[in-house]
Amino acid sequence: MFVELGHFSMILAMALAGAQAFFGLAGAARRDERWMSVVPSAVAGQFLFVAVAVASLVNAFVHNDFSVRYVAENSNSALPLFYRVAALWGAHEGSLVLWITILSIWTVTFALASGRLPRTFASRALGVLGIISFGFMLFLLTTSNPFLRLVPPAPDGRDLNPLLQDFAMAVHPPILYTGYVGFSVAFALACAAMLEGRRDALWARWMRPWTVMAWAFLSCGIALGSWWAYYELGWGGYWFWDPVENASFMPWLVGTALIHSLAVTDKRGLFKSWTLLLSVAAFSLSLLGTFLVRSGVLVSVHSFAADPARGVFILGFLILMIGGALALYAWRAPTLVSEAGFELVSREAFLLFNNILLVVAAAVVFGGTLAPLISDTLGLGTLSVGKPYFNPSFLVPMLPLLALVGVGIHARWRRGGLAQSAGRLLATAGLAVVLGVALALGVYARPGVLASVGAVLGCFIVLSSLLDPIDRWRRGLTLPASIVGMTLAHVGLGLFVLGVTFVESATIERDVALASGQSATLGAYTFRYEGGQAIEGPNYDGFRGRVVVTQGGREIATLEPEKRRYYVQGSVQTEAAIQPRWNRDLFAALGEDVGAGAWSLRLQYRPLIRFIWFGALIMAIGGVVAMRDRRIRLAESATEPAVAGREAGAQP
Amino acid sequence: MTPRQRRMALVAGIVVGVGIAGALALQAFRQNVMFYFDPSQVAAGQVQAGQRFRLGGMVVQGSVQRVPGSLQVRFAVTDFRHSVPVQYDNVLPDLFKEGNGVVAHGRLNESGVFVADEVLAKHDEKYMPPEVARSLKKAGAAAPPAGGAQ
Repeated sequence: MFVELGHFSMILAMALAGAQAFFGLAGAARRDERWMSVVPSAVAGQFLFVAVAVASLVNAFVHNDFSVRYVAENSNSALPLFYRVAALWGAHEGSLVLWITILSIWTVTFALASGRLPRTFASRALGVLGIISFGFMLFLLTTSNPFLRLVPPAPDGRDLNPLLQDFAMAVHPPILYTGYVGFSVAFALACAAMLEGRRDALWARWMRPWTVMAWAFLSCGIALGSWWAYYELGWGGYWFWDPVENASFMPWLVGTALIHSLAVTDKRGLFKSWTLLLSVAAFSLSLLGTFLVRSGVLVSVHSFAADPARGVFILGFLILMIGGALALYAWRAPTLVSEAGFELVSREAFLLFNNILLVVAAAVVFGGTLAPLISDTLGLGTLSVGKPYFNPSFLVPMLPLLALVGVGIHARWRRGGLAQSAGRLLATAGLAVVLGVALALGVYARPGVLASVGAVLGCFIVLSSLLDPIDRWRRGLTLPASIVGMTLAHVGLGLFVLGVTFVESATIERDVALASGQSATLGAYTFRYEGGQAIEGPNYDGFRGRVVVTQGGREIATLEPEKRRYYVQGSVQTEAAIQPRWNRDLFAALGEDVGAGAWSLRLQYRPLIRFIWFGALIMAIGGVVAMRDRRIRLAESATEPAVAGREAGAQP
Repeated sequence: MTPRQRRMALVAGIVVGVGIAGALALQAFRQNVMFYFDPSQVAAGQVQAGQRFRLGGMVVQGSVQRVPGSLQVRFAVTDFRHSVPVQYDNVLPDLFKEGNGVVAHGRLNESGVFVADEVLAKHDEKYMPPEVARSLKKAGAAAPPAGGAQ
């Protein structure tokens, strides 16, 4: 009964999304106050009905209602309550419900915060959000309906995929989607600005907080996914260049370019049309990601069951949204002229390079991700590209970008200004070279050039980012939140670079077969296998091994990796054992019983791997902190845009 | 330099830079792209000697042999017309099972054995890699039943 209520609610929500789209856009076009005043109510109603629909599904999961097909396929009565709730987004239909819910939350938040924006502008933005919402609800109801019943009801459910029975399952998808979907607000604002034909750059100021927020969530979500894959997929990698990872990484790269180009548009009124194009691109890539994941056209660890009808629907929707936005862009962009200019050595120029390099990086990922699809469609053979393509190609734009970050943040708006900080910068660079080379050659003894380059760049970014705040502090000046945020984000990037550098260059990894009492050596560490025992969990049984790690004869860790067999799906699952420390992880995973009393084991020592996730987390925190800045928060009020030069002194 | 010249220099520099990046990426792409072959194509000699490629098919029932107490394992991959012997000495993935679909990365050695450096098995049991499904269809075998306890 409840589920039918949810189904009905979702249909009503779709109708309201349609009303929101129609009255939002048409009302603004006719400048009809009465039409536009419908929009906030439609938004609120849509949110309410989506909430009811979600509640009905959660209720079905909690109460093990296996007469609902989706519940029967993705849950089980033996599944702990926590995972029964998270199982809601464990498969295709539910993850779309999550998409819709999060879009609805963003829409309500934007509607609440948009009171101070010009009426027609806010109305148009909400109208565009309504179209997106309507499209996804139609998709859900026509191709992937989770509210359908199963006749006769299943006696018990087929269980949630054991890989998903993990704490991260509860947090990774919602946070990632919040970031993904958040770019729809930037997209809607860009469309509204183009529909309005605004020539000023105020929209950039309004767009900034939303974009930064979405970007921070996306950073966090990707990092969480990477961490989850590291310990749960069982084999200790942190990034696989898997199509679905790339699908979230491309919007991140373009979103990063967008928040930097927004800064230029906001402060200096430049790059207007480029910023609009980037906001269209960021959201289009989010949609493309959804298409890649949902249609099953690409082989990926994340693929849900493939269904051509779904692929065709999303592809159509994708073409409609991108095509519409680009047509709008072609119509309006020529009217956007920037009056101001800038010198080759100025903050604008550095941010321009930042944008170009980030977009090139996104293109590299895009090419590698879609190449198999294109080659297959054109009948050129089934091919795959992996790490050997992505790693070197990605470094081509990334190394110059990383080298420019540490210098660019000291450049002034409009012209030069590097001469002033040249001395400090050279000293910092010198220190970074000494530190980086010492790390690479001294601490980790990696003779490769790339390890030293990465270490030097990472150190340089961290040190250079800290110069400014330290200087302000010594001069007794206040630290505005925007500077603290920017510093945090760049320090996070530097730490991330250090992490990647040493994980890639100094990891030691061995696959071995060990009988009880035998040991294997990885660098300074000795892993001794001490046998194991049978174990039993709530919905699985298995084997737990015991690996004792010694360093210089001293016991430093006991790792207990498990191999589990889940009853319902009969699938086998590796639970790796990891001992994390701030500067290294020790990792052991069980392979299988290879006979003669031995097990195959994968053993790893990974230095600085925590820096990768903490770096990303610090970046995200930097974004959130920067949003606390009064100048950015005031963004919501329709003040005059900053005149070039007046604000330039505030951020040297 | 006038502002106009400076702007043109900037644009030219960007174009050259992006061009170089593109060329390098394309180069990396050419060198590292890996094609997929099924056992029938391997038997027909379509694979160049020494070429690294992906081999896909089903693990033949009863073909998995281990050297007890070591990582070395041998098995055969088939599309139900031809089969290719595979040799591997790393940890096998969880879903590797006789009768299941598998994709292996590696090279053929002189005696026609596929030496794999990576073996992938999908972790969703309902799922069959599309390329393997296509090979099987091409070879005229009925699509294998969906696995798992359904």
